Amino acid sequence: MYFDSLSAVLHMDGHGGFVWAAYAITLLVLVLLLVAPGRRQKKFLQRLAGELKRARSGPNSMEEEA
Amino acid sequence: MWTFFHKLGSPPWLYAISGSILRWLLPVTILALAVGLLWGLLFTAPDFRQGNSYRIIYIHVPAAVVALAGYYVMAIAGAISLIWKMKMADVAMKSAAPIGAALTFIALVTGAIWGKPTWGTWWVWDARITSMLILLFLYLGVVALYEAYDNKEAAGKACAVLSLVGTVNIPIIYKSVDWWYSLHQPASIKFTGESTIDPSMLYPLLLMITAFYALFTCCLLMNMRSELLKREARTNWVRKLALGGAQA
Repeated sequence: MYFDSLSAVLHMDGHGGFVWAAYAITLLVLVLLLVAPGRRQKKFLQRLAGELKRARSGPNSMEEEA
Repeated sequence: MWTFFHKLGSPPWLYAISGSILRWLLPVTILALAVGLLWGLLFTAPDFRQGNSYRIIYIHVPAAVVALAGYYVMAIAGAISLIWKMKMADVAMKSAAPIGAALTFIALVTGAIWGKPTWGTWWVWDARITSMLILLFLYLGVVALYEAYDNKEAAGKACAVLSLVGTVNIPIIYKSVDWWYSLHQPASIKFTGESTIDPSMLYPLLLMITAFYALFTCCLLMNMRSELLKREARTNWVRKLALGGAQA
């Protein structure tokens, strides 16, 4: 470890604000990148499953509508 | 060889194989990112001239490198879908664009934040930075153009042409620091000749570049999977997947 204390890590000789801001923004974007496709996929499959179930149980079954 | 290409065009096969790749690649990627970030942030010595602000290099350079490489992926996928009409190439092109945009955004923002303590300014309109901004607009242009068309086949063609035309920007970005006088420093890592970076800083940087490549691959596969399901919504395998539990 290069730094002696936690406050030194945060301060980084005056550059802490810049470094931490850059890392925070990057981390935020990366998390969004990694989480978004999974969520989109899950939502889509749930919606499709709902549509299929409704189509199956409904009296005027419209299979192709799904 | 040909059966491989044949399989590559098969959505259920691609969905299954990408799933089994992601199962190990995703954890490895996240681990590499975590190790690289902590290494760069806490365990390397500061630069003798720039002090601690240089630590931004561990995210700035990997993001920029992979943003450029990602453009090649997108443009080549566009060319394949244009020439051989491979549907999966179109899916890949569409999936690569938002990831590239995000990485270019990271490179620009971290560059601006790095510029303030180092150059004394957030932004300069020099060749490297301006051409990176154009890269961001190209990526966003592909995303927007795809959404603008109702006919997805026409959308794919238009986006493929746009991404191919945009490739002229890539060598300009690479060479901009050599061709024009700039505040931006020239490349520190070279494939030919001596690198101008100390090994203690080089190794975490290389780790981060590798991790960002892996991250791009993971995100590309994940985006492709969700896009595949949407396009194949009427087929039996997707219906089975939807009814068999939405977590797959």
